Amino acid sequence: MIASRLLVIGPVTFLAAFFLYPLGAILGRSFGGEVLSLDPFGVVLGDSYYLGRIWFTMWQAAVSTVLTLVVGLPAAYLFARHDFPGKTVLMALTTLPFIMPTIVVAMGFVALLGPQGLINTALTGLFGAEAPQVRVTNTLTIIFMAHAFYNYSIVVRIVSAFWSNLSPLFGESAAMLGAGRIRTFTHVTLPLLLPSLWSSAVLVFVFSFTSFGVVLILGGPRFATLEVGIYELTVKLFRLEVAGALALVQLVFTYVFLLVYTRLQAQSAVPITFVPEEESKRGKRGFRDVVVIVAITGVLLVVLSPLLALVERALSSGGGYSLVHFTGLFSDDSGSYFRLSPQAVIWNSLRFALASMAIALVVGTAAAYVIARRGRGRSGVVDALFMAPLGVSAVTLGFGFLVAFNRAPIDLRGSWLILVIAHSLVAYPFVIRSVLPVLRGMPPHLKESAALLGAAPLSIFIHIELPIIGRALLVGAMFAFAVSMGEFGASLLLVRPEFTTIPVAIFRLLSQPGESNLGQALAMSTLLMVVVAMGFVAIERFRYRNVGGF
Amino acid sequence: MPALEVVGVSKWFGAVPAVREVSLMAEHGDLVCLLGPSGCGKSTLLRLVAGLEKLDAGSVRFDGMRQEIVAPHMRGFGLMFQDLALFPHMDVLGNVSFGLRMQRQSNDAVQKRVEGLLELVGLEGYGTRKVYELSGGERQRVALARSLAPSPKLLMLDEPLGSLDRVLRESLQGQVRSIIKEVGVTAIYVTHDKDEAFAIADEIVFMDRGSVVQAGAPEALFRAPATELVARTLGMRNILAGRLEQAEGIARVRCAIGTLAVGEPIPAGVLLGGDVLVLIDERALTVVPAQDGPVPVGALAGVVATRAFRGGESELCVRVGAGELVCAVAQRDAGADVAPGDDVTVILPPNAVRLLR
Repeated sequence: MIASRLLVIGPVTFLAAFFLYPLGAILGRSFGGEVLSLDPFGVVLGDSYYLGRIWFTMWQAAVSTVLTLVVGLPAAYLFARHDFPGKTVLMALTTLPFIMPTIVVAMGFVALLGPQGLINTALTGLFGAEAPQVRVTNTLTIIFMAHAFYNYSIVVRIVSAFWSNLSPLFGESAAMLGAGRIRTFTHVTLPLLLPSLWSSAVLVFVFSFTSFGVVLILGGPRFATLEVGIYELTVKLFRLEVAGALALVQLVFTYVFLLVYTRLQAQSAVPITFVPEEESKRGKRGFRDVVVIVAITGVLLVVLSPLLALVERALSSGGGYSLVHFTGLFSDDSGSYFRLSPQAVIWNSLRFALASMAIALVVGTAAAYVIARRGRGRSGVVDALFMAPLGVSAVTLGFGFLVAFNRAPIDLRGSWLILVIAHSLVAYPFVIRSVLPVLRGMPPHLKESAALLGAAPLSIFIHIELPIIGRALLVGAMFAFAVSMGEFGASLLLVRPEFTTIPVAIFRLLSQPGESNLGQALAMSTLLMVVVAMGFVAIERFRYRNVGGF
Repeated sequence: MPALEVVGVSKWFGAVPAVREVSLMAEHGDLVCLLGPSGCGKSTLLRLVAGLEKLDAGSVRFDGMRQEIVAPHMRGFGLMFQDLALFPHMDVLGNVSFGLRMQRQSNDAVQKRVEGLLELVGLEGYGTRKVYELSGGERQRVALARSLAPSPKLLMLDEPLGSLDRVLRESLQGQVRSIIKEVGVTAIYVTHDKDEAFAIADEIVFMDRGSVVQAGAPEALFRAPATELVARTLGMRNILAGRLEQAEGIARVRCAIGTLAVGEPIPAGVLLGGDVLVLIDERALTVVPAQDGPVPVGALAGVVATRAFRGGESELCVRVGAGELVCAVAQRDAGADVAPGDDVTVILPPNAVRLLR
């Protein structure tokens, strides 16, 4: 009993102190601080500039979502219904973009399509053109492309997991009843897939809606989402009231989206089968199938081009290839980043990520238990509440921390803890999403059987539950680590110079002129990519196939 | 002293009574079957005995000791679920030895015991197999061995063969019974299948809507089912509404197929002129082609409606008066040769007719 109370109290306290309280502080700020007033909302809702930001944020997210679905669905079909050599590796690769930090993604697109990017350099070399031929930086096009790249794996993962569990007998029954291939798809397959399509679409929409790093770096001054607006109001203009009001508007949107998402996700959850996955593939090994070839090529192009471009650009200098940007990072006199050496930056990121991972594991696992115990039908609201930090944008979170933790009862000014807590808050939902499906899929009588075989509650946890959720925990831990390593929005607001992390350092390097700064930014992005990719390899090694939302 | 005593146990789920004042008893070494339709409270009763659900009323004793205050893992009872709940992350050995390791037995003892159990259930050498590599029947036997390993004082089995196909189920029924008997453990076996209950039980407890309707040896239940549901569950089909016309001497009852002599005692509470259910044993009936002349006493004239071949016997549906009778006729009897549309005479010995309720 005591243990089960603690299980509830732990994550709830964490959520209350480090999420709800900062949000409350934003609320207080936006209502005018000392004197209650609705003025900030008047400013936001009465000003065509801010209304324009809201409208822009919405429609860019909508376009990004549609684009992501268009790019992702062929791959989902490919993975769900076809077997081909190298499938596992390709499947694993699709997750790569999702766990890449936004800053790495943005840098990847700079490296691919920027004025000094791979493509423009190549075109200049081939045709001797003077000016860059591909001019997409600071346009909407590159934002959409980056969002599609970033969220691609969400669609592929969720839809293909669902699709591959759909029995092919449905389609075959439809065929026997006289439906052709197209009608089978529109009347049988598509309706069955809809919950997974919707749930992936909502998730992509939320992520595009709260996108920060991509828009800030690739969009330039002309395009600002709500998120960028909040950042600029806070850091550049110091108009905290208006920033607070804007943050609240964004919160309302994202909470509604998330509520929708958790509802849909509960519908499309896949039960665990411990037997090898049933044969739901088309029998043929279809390299001949045009769709398959197009899809495989698409997957490789989408997933690899920006990341490979990043590596290529980081290694090239003055027309040739060298490690000069990397060695520059590790020579102290480079002065590349103010007083702090790049080694110290990397060390900061590593230790913050480890600490955040530990906190996220404890909080996320406890929260997953709380949600799972409420049963499928009644867990929606609680689930959405615990997932809320994921939907609340990083900048809003950082802003909330700024206004909430600068005075008693929780004064974290100048402490590195404020960063770690912010990171673990963003990271623990990933632990929930990783552990919850396994908890829900656990056969109901396992624990009771263990009890009747003489196992006390603690023994049941150690011998039965822990081994079964162990791999999910590992996956959650890796996610948490990667998320913390790459966290950008909140860090940018909260960081003090001595606690600078890798993503923040990249951003600072990028905002300084000079080719060597760009080179070092690229090199640091490459390092970050490698670290995260290693975590990702571990995730792929341990995750349960076809279980889980991400 | 009986091993298990369940006294006046009740359990409500919200406003719905799942188990209502159930009492039952099992002697040491008894194999008791809980039989009844799905949703009748059998499984809930098992969970109450196991301690997985809290009693709302009544008590559970084992060897005279009240069990309510004992945690499930301290009771020393075993329970085998229909879904078996084999631990998916352990091999066969890990599963079977789990209870022994919880008792902190030495490695040698555990190994010896597991080997013995695997031999008992016919799975020698399966120790290192993964659970998902096993066939349905093998899993069943692993689960049984796992339940038996810690030497439970009471073994409960909740539809343990429910997920198997008929052929496999029938072959395992006998094995499960002989294993339980060889071990000598007191056991409660839940099923909704009368054939399984007949094949396994020393005693059957029939439940309906949370209450015990009838308890006794399988033969006793079959000979004298207490209610229509028991009779129907046990496979009896000739159940007709009737009225008691004569209670003195040889009782007579009037129903759709005519007025019949009742050879068995009249149940208590049935009054002259009162409504009763008439149960006619389909296997006690004789069917012969109709002869010229009057129908003899104790026989009924009818027309064959359908005839179905059932291997050792034929099943005739005969229209008699305003009703129908199902007659199971041995293949070698003359009645087996009749065809639909034929006029026949059905002979009812008085002991084929009994009253219910």
